Amino acid sequence: MYTQILHLGLLLSLLVSGTSVSAKVIHKERSLYQTILVNQEHKLLCLKFSVRREQRNQTCIDRSDPKRMVFAYTKMMMATLLFDDNPKRILIIGLGGGTLPLALNELYPQATIDVVEIDPAVVKVARSHFNFSPTDKVTTHTLDARVFTKRLNLTLTDESRYNLILLDAFNGEYIPEHLMTQEYFQETAALLAPGGIVAANTFAISKLYHHESVTFESVFGPLLNFTSAETGNRVMIASPSRTLDPTSDLVKQRAQQLALRLRPYDIQIEAFPEQLNTVRDWDTQAKLLTDKYNPANLLRRQKR
Amino acid sequence: MAGLVYLLAFSGGFVIMALELMGGRLLAPYFGSDIYVWGSIITVFMLSLSLGYLIGGRLTLRPTSLFRLGLIFSAAAVLLYPLMLISEPTMEWIFGHIEDPRYGSLTACLFLFFIPTVILGMISPYCVRLLVDNTASAGAVAGRLYFVSTLGSALGTLLTSFYLVLWFEMNQVLLALAATLLFLGLLALLLGRGGSSVDSIELPLKPSAELA
Repeated sequence: MYTQILHLGLLLSLLVSGTSVSAKVIHKERSLYQTILVNQEHKLLCLKFSVRREQRNQTCIDRSDPKRMVFAYTKMMMATLLFDDNPKRILIIGLGGGTLPLALNELYPQATIDVVEIDPAVVKVARSHFNFSPTDKVTTHTLDARVFTKRLNLTLTDESRYNLILLDAFNGEYIPEHLMTQEYFQETAALLAPGGIVAANTFAISKLYHHESVTFESVFGPLLNFTSAETGNRVMIASPSRTLDPTSDLVKQRAQQLALRLRPYDIQIEAFPEQLNTVRDWDTQAKLLTDKYNPANLLRRQKR
Repeated sequence: MAGLVYLLAFSGGFVIMALELMGGRLLAPYFGSDIYVWGSIITVFMLSLSLGYLIGGRLTLRPTSLFRLGLIFSAAAVLLYPLMLISEPTMEWIFGHIEDPRYGSLTACLFLFFIPTVILGMISPYCVRLLVDNTASAGAVAGRLYFVSTLGSALGTLLTSFYLVLWFEMNQVLLALAATLLFLGLLALLLGRGGSSVDSIELPLKPSAELA
């Protein structure tokens, strides 16, 4: 009995010391949508959402090496550049700490970048702590992505279409369900310029995997599946108007050319082409997610 | 007979909340699922229910019967059905004309849910009148009816948000809600036909004196 108490005490003290040493909260803000935390962990400055104990990092920057991308999924999203290494107009859904728009703006200063973020508090924190700042090329739109997309569809011209669309609105805890339906993907596809590429950052470990794959493919055509075994991250890449062949010489050539430019971001793009998988390893009979049927968050809780 | 009235009240409560939750789903593609979208939905449902209570209460000043309650249910079913057909073009039009998603969602809710919810609101006070046979027990009867119909609302909320959205498409759920209302309405019409079995509750108990 006594030893049990001792063990418990030891365990508790370990837990307490473990958390207090590793992270220091620099900024905390409760918004309409989530609790936003900015933590400092050694050299890393991290943005976290939600109040749960195992909060997930959304974005981290390395203060000693600010360009370095800390997370696998942001690097994986950059694989889209293998198929268009000079996108003129870019749309990013979901700001986070602004890692993607910052990097793309540095790489392509001439490109027009639109970022859609529902939470004004996230925009504020990205500016105050993560060096994100709108410029004449980078515009932030603070509203629901579905409303933004639908409204843009009403006034769309050939010039306002995008060459690259990055869907990054899902954090680890919650998926806005109206952003994971066939209809939403159709509205998004309509915003793509001829030859335009779309990529979505999702997860690989739940039952949702089958449903999201089927839904994504039904609109954007055959997808390239980019998964990371260690992190459970998944990026789907596709183009409704052309076939993306990761094994082509052009792609390999681009990978070589981009390698040096992407090195400061710690992106090993040379290794990406062979990781882009065309095998459809999901249940192709899974039910499509639509505006009429989309229990995405319930499916996410079920094992794959 | 009393059992059927309680069942009707329960189902009315169930349908109201299931419909409200489906409303959130219906509006999200056009207006998002932000707090103001839920604000619009709840506002319109509360407004419609309040008017429904008022109108349902007024209706009991006339002769009441199970048959007439069956008519209310059937009307609710019939008015709920077009929701599936008109919701897309209605929201499309509103989206094109109102830029602010707050007022857009409020307008859409008014167009889509106002009328059926007013009718659903009429059920509770009407049931009270059908079951009350003396003033002494009026409060007890009303309390039991609120209990039953709110219990229905709780179950409607839980079932819809936990399971129905996982098992069925939205239109299937809406169709099932309308079919339930229609079935219960027809049942009430059938059992209330002729009115002989409900004579006792049709006796007016000094309505003018009580409500004056």
